[in-house]
Amino acid sequence: MRRCLAIVFGLLIAAGATFGVAGPAAAQKEVVIGLQCDRTGATQTVGVYLCPGYHDYIKLVNFKGGVEGYKIKAIEIDHEYKVPQGMEAYERHKKEGAVLISLYGTPHTQALTAKLTEDRIPGTSPGFGSAAATDGTKYPYIFPIAATYWSQGTAAVEFAGKQMGGLKGKKIAYLFYDNPAGREPLPILEDLAAKEGFELKTFAVPPPGIEMGAQVLDIAQRYRADFVIAHLFGRSPSVSIKELKRIGYPLRKVVSFVWGASEADIEAAGGFSVAEGYNAIQFAGVGPDFPVLNEIRDMYKKEGKEPPKEMASTVFYNRGVLIAAIHVEAIRNALKAKPGGTITGVDVKAGFERIKGFSLGGLVPPLEITATDHEGGGWVQVYTVKGGKFVKATDWFKSYPDVLAKHIKAAK
Amino acid sequence: MIHRECGVLKTTYEADMALYPLPIARWTVAVIAVLMFLILPLSVEEYYLSIVNLVSIAVVGALGLNILVGYTGQISIGHGAFMSVGAYTAANLAVRLGLPFWVALPAGGLMAALVGAVVGIPSLRIKGLYLAIATLAGQLIIEWTINHVTWISGGVQASINVPRPRLFGYPIATQRQMYFFLLVFAAVAILATMNLVRSRIGRAFIAIRDHDIAAEIIGINIFRYKLLAFAISSFYAGVTGVLYTYYLGVANYEQFQITVSIDYLAMIIIGGLGSVLGSIFGAIFVTLLPIVIRLTMESFGGLLFSSGAVLNIIPNLRLILFGMLIIFFLVVEPEGLNRLWRNIRNYFRIWPFAY
Repeated sequence: MRRCLAIVFGLLIAAGATFGVAGPAAAQKEVVIGLQCDRTGATQTVGVYLCPGYHDYIKLVNFKGGVEGYKIKAIEIDHEYKVPQGMEAYERHKKEGAVLISLYGTPHTQALTAKLTEDRIPGTSPGFGSAAATDGTKYPYIFPIAATYWSQGTAAVEFAGKQMGGLKGKKIAYLFYDNPAGREPLPILEDLAAKEGFELKTFAVPPPGIEMGAQVLDIAQRYRADFVIAHLFGRSPSVSIKELKRIGYPLRKVVSFVWGASEADIEAAGGFSVAEGYNAIQFAGVGPDFPVLNEIRDMYKKEGKEPPKEMASTVFYNRGVLIAAIHVEAIRNALKAKPGGTITGVDVKAGFERIKGFSLGGLVPPLEITATDHEGGGWVQVYTVKGGKFVKATDWFKSYPDVLAKHIKAAK
Repeated sequence: MIHRECGVLKTTYEADMALYPLPIARWTVAVIAVLMFLILPLSVEEYYLSIVNLVSIAVVGALGLNILVGYTGQISIGHGAFMSVGAYTAANLAVRLGLPFWVALPAGGLMAALVGAVVGIPSLRIKGLYLAIATLAGQLIIEWTINHVTWISGGVQASINVPRPRLFGYPIATQRQMYFFLLVFAAVAILATMNLVRSRIGRAFIAIRDHDIAAEIIGINIFRYKLLAFAISSFYAGVTGVLYTYYLGVANYEQFQITVSIDYLAMIIIGGLGSVLGSIFGAIFVTLLPIVIRLTMESFGGLLFSSGAVLNIIPNLRLILFGMLIIFFLVVEPEGLNRLWRNIRNYFRIWPFAY
């Protein structure tokens, strides 16, 4: 009996060992990126456009012969905006040999920060995640690569100031989705209120954020705000536009953070004619007229296919292209530094930290990612709804770097 | 788990009280233990262990909820919140006081038990759907509190980074190390539940579930046992939350929202109410099904759709299939996977002489 068991035991271990070793396929001339997406969960309105944009850019790069002779392979996993699924997706990506993880979602970024640092694989959190991750010395493997909520907050205040011709003594309402991401810019805004001498009042919208009649009424008629800074997610930005419009508050006195700023939000609010004047912060260029987008269209034409319909939603699609482009740039830098060798997460991290002077025809801001600044400057643009489309209202700008630096330094 | 009976031949109290009365059952458990503790972790890639880790955490939570819903008959839609109570208690203790996990973990469980017992007070007056709504209120209140009281949540981000648990000076960080860490707690939870439900307390729970007035008449203190059920169940939930926190390295309230409560209810309903094995089956089923569907779709989806479409179809089809399979299993066996397993076992017991 005992010998029998021993044999079975040995066989099982042997089987397991072969099974275990045979796992990672010999990847030749291929760089793997793990792409986390949400096409079905709470923020699916973003994912269904952003992820195709990401894939199309990667496809374009491969179509043009890859990066330094390597093909890029982006493995997408949809995590439904749930953290356990995100963890599982990460482990799967790691198993597939990913040298870079494209995170999606603030809770996922926080949950994976420790893991990424231990495994030394860089992860990017454009437009979400923790603003404190800008500090590359504290968060060596997290790269916001686009304006964090803190940078968006300072930009919103500066934009409001310009629109009103000064901030002193003005009343600004902050209308936000009542979750951690929504509250993140609060310390920055409070600081700026004290510094610039304007009055700040906060109006929280409880999840799921589709009911804000009371808050909007309060802003427009009781508080009589001079300007509104809105930071909403999912369905709620469209509701805010609708309610503000209904009550007669001028939308040109509203500026939204990056997740309330897409074509889909405007259409859900009743179309571009309703939202005329609405301002929105963007971390990627908006509109169909960028050379890289033309290249993608040409690629599809050469394949004898129609360009994907997702391209029509330029805000999120372009963000997907921007994220992919920055990733490819980091990988290019890593490969250049290590010609012929296999790159690891450490190399890609160094690759990110050398990104500079790369604009993709205006789609990407003048980023400069360094070992200490993983945000790349925190550049944004403001677009305004005008005549049926988004029109650029400002060029790339960043504001109050001293205030941001103070908070980033103080953050744990 | 797998055992056959052949008359009652017990002659000692020890034999009567044994958890596994038959040698074959003991052997099965021993084999499973060897498989889980030795063969699996030594032979499988970290990715697969990470899936088992998620299952281990889910098993603890599902067992706890089953004690309350399956054994005591009191419904709760607030377990997600109890998990967050445990998670934030442990995170605060670990970060502010620097306490090790073997203090923070039970403390998190106890705090959750306390809160759970308070939320359970309405169960003394109301039952069924009304109780469900009362616990739902508990979920929302706890969520709101954690979200807004920065003293608990550690700042506007409402997330606290927790250091890795340490054992004898070594950090438990990789998936393989976590595997043993979590598996031990899952095993302890299984063993504790099995013993609990056959003890005096467990019998009282079952009596309350079957008929609370009858239970009161035969001398069971309904007040005490209902609250005890809530407390024990919330203790498990709290421990689940702590395990989650240590596993991810962060306590974040967005991981414990109402959908989590619903997921855990789904686990025990699919697995089988009022059974330990059912909780395990349910936890495995609900955790693995989305992953298995995705892996299948990735392998075979390309045969049916173009590669661009497949990326969009996989996640959506996964949700549809997930729902359909749950309905399928519930139609096939309303009493859950545990009953299905027992039917299979009973069939093979007399095979090939079935009647």
